[in-house]
Amino acid sequence: MSEHITPIRTYLLIFFALMILTVVTVAVAMVDLGALNDVVAMGIAIFKASLVVLFFMHVKKSRLMTKITVVASAFWLLILFGLTLSDYVTRGFL
Amino acid sequence: MAEIHAPGLAHHFDSYQQQKEAAFFGMWVFLATEVLFFGGLFCAYLVYRSANPEAFAAGSRELDIVLGAINTAVLIGSSLTMALAVHAAQVGKRKMIAAWMGATILLGGTFLGIKVVEYSHKIHEGHFPGPNFVWHGPEVNVEMFFNVYFLMTGLHALHMIIGIGIMLVLIPLAWKGRFTPESHNYVEGFGLYWHFVDIVWIFLFPLLYLLDVG
Repeated sequence: MSEHITPIRTYLLIFFALMILTVVTVAVAMVDLGALNDVVAMGIAIFKASLVVLFFMHVKKSRLMTKITVVASAFWLLILFGLTLSDYVTRGFL
Repeated sequence: MAEIHAPGLAHHFDSYQQQKEAAFFGMWVFLATEVLFFGGLFCAYLVYRSANPEAFAAGSRELDIVLGAINTAVLIGSSLTMALAVHAAQVGKRKMIAAWMGATILLGGTFLGIKVVEYSHKIHEGHFPGPNFVWHGPEVNVEMFFNVYFLMTGLHALHMIIGIGIMLVLIPLAWKGRFTPESHNYVEGFGLYWHFVDIVWIFLFPLLYLLDVG
């Protein structure tokens, strides 16, 4: 099995995409969208992080084992957030 | 002991491929623990911000968006130079590995330098949590925002300092030709670490700097 080498062109494209998305994040934050501001900011951040993981970190061309580990990290993080918030959010219910 | 190994292949591995897969799996599991390490702080952010929304908005307004945005660009740039260092390792250009890592150190150092300017400004204004904390606005608990700010950006900066230290070890090795297209797991594994640190900042920037600017 030969190693996959990501071409430099791909790295440059991802770099410019990340830069543009950074400008977009700042620009959108200047507009008052209410609660939507957080949703948009986190949406863009998740998209940027995905670009870094898939291309800079080569996960797109990685083995299934690596992909499972990446998804597991996100899953554990959601458990951490989910169980913590299930406490704090529901405290007022009683 | 007379057994002869291929250069850069540890004796307990059958092939470069197997060695590489083991190294990367280990690195990704380490990064999973790092996700949860930072995840605890992101969780604290979520809980304290939902309890003190006005305080977090007020604290965030104190941060310099321009410096934060410049640092975001600098760090993304350092991820690009790190990716190019890994590329140089894959195609066997030993001097280019060292050069791109050198560029990564320069950009990482720039980030930390800007961070020092921001920190000292905040400390002079009395925004460092503790007995000398000063807040003149009507909001209460703004100290919680700065607790979270200093803890998260501080842990992130510590990761960058460690990363720069590792690169200072890797650059001479690269220069001496230690890394070949078949065997350069140190370079590629370190690249994963550096990109992870970049990802943490990608989330920190909007969460800390861009609250309530509209």
